[in-house]
Amino acid sequence: MISIRNVSKSYGQVKVLHDIDLEIPQSQVFALIGPSGAGKSTLIRTINALEDIQEGEILIDGVSVHDKKTDINKLRANIGFVFQSFNLYPHLTALENVTIAPVNVKNANKKEAEEKGKELLASLGLGDKFASYPGQLSGGQQQRVAIARALAMDPKVMLFDEPTSALDPEMVKEVLDAIRKLAATGMTMAVVTHEMGFAKEICNQIVFMAEGKIVEVAEPKEFFSNPKTDRAQDFLAKVLNH
Amino acid sequence: MNYQMDWSVITDNFDIFMEGLLVTLKISALSLAISIPIGIIAGLCRISRNRVLSFLAASYVEVIRGIPLLVLLLWIFFVLGKFMKLGSFWSAVIGLAVFSGAFVAEIVRAGIQSVPRGQMEAARSSGMNYFQAMKLIILPQALRKVLPPLASQFIILIKDSSLASVIAVVDLSLVGHNLVATTFRVLEVWTFIAAVYFVITFSLSQIIRYFERKYRVLE
Repeated sequence: MISIRNVSKSYGQVKVLHDIDLEIPQSQVFALIGPSGAGKSTLIRTINALEDIQEGEILIDGVSVHDKKTDINKLRANIGFVFQSFNLYPHLTALENVTIAPVNVKNANKKEAEEKGKELLASLGLGDKFASYPGQLSGGQQQRVAIARALAMDPKVMLFDEPTSALDPEMVKEVLDAIRKLAATGMTMAVVTHEMGFAKEICNQIVFMAEGKIVEVAEPKEFFSNPKTDRAQDFLAKVLNH
Repeated sequence: MNYQMDWSVITDNFDIFMEGLLVTLKISALSLAISIPIGIIAGLCRISRNRVLSFLAASYVEVIRGIPLLVLLLWIFFVLGKFMKLGSFWSAVIGLAVFSGAFVAEIVRAGIQSVPRGQMEAARSSGMNYFQAMKLIILPQALRKVLPPLASQFIILIKDSSLASVIAVVDLSLVGHNLVATTFRVLEVWTFIAAVYFVITFSLSQIIRYFERKYRVLE
């Protein structure tokens, strides 16, 4: 579903991604973990062309993301993206946040988009927040609205860039629960996360990155109990034993 | 000092004042309405990645800001006006709109740049093209943020419209000039006119404050 082939990216002289190769099959959930500065966020942002690349190719369902001939807007409409800082539209209500893209990008009927938006918000536990503005919601609620906003476009894949890193600890669970539920529906997902327990529990594969490279790809059980590389052992020792 | 106030100059000539006021309101409203799209388009061009567009917009802003409004009005009236047969009224409207547009452009640019980058990223991620994202997400937030400086700019525009009198537009201030010339009631006429300008600008600032409150965005 998501094919990343020999992707390299630099900011000027600084190479931030080195020859990344990764294949995420349909209905699989991949966690991207690793120390900060490893290139996890950069990598996930290249998948929907929020970042350009200098070498290689990324395909989503066979469509090349960075090809100039690709209609990037059409492609992005099929990719849900959830940001660390939510990036909800503060001048719109929760429901308007969810319906604005379907109505304006997919030319969905406004009534139907609202019906669907309400269903989505309700399914994420926000049934009483349709008319609330982002500034009136907690971080956890805002991030769930952001998830609903992404889902409203019926995406083929969902990308999460540290979805719980900006949240107060007691709100992490409600957002992870939402992602967990989504995983159960068979959505293809890539999640950059520092939540090791979450990665272990719901992800099919762990992708461990460091210094702009993929160091190790393994199933969670294998990765957490028996990491193969020194770099991963060192990382796990630091994040798990405290 | 034994100057005797005589307000009859106002009451006797009330109709003439109202005609002048109407002209002031028309010129202000029209040039204000035109300066908004000019300012938004120039502001968008200014931040465009297209070098030609941003150069043209920057040149417009710098050139217009660098010329006194009085000179600009005279130039438009005597040069452009003669070629295009504009007449004094439309020369004034265009001159004021072009002048104010340059300042609105800078205000709009600052507003757009104050909207966090993540807003554009979120909008583009959902499949919106650049113009949809600008129209639906960025500009509505940017314009809300810049309502206070826009209000100041529009108040300046209304007051500047009094300069239209130099190109023979019979606005409120030219009515004043003419009446002073014939009646010599300097104090009464200019006090009254000052009060009228204040009422207009104060009303406008209250209207904008209302919108500011109504569309306030919780961050």
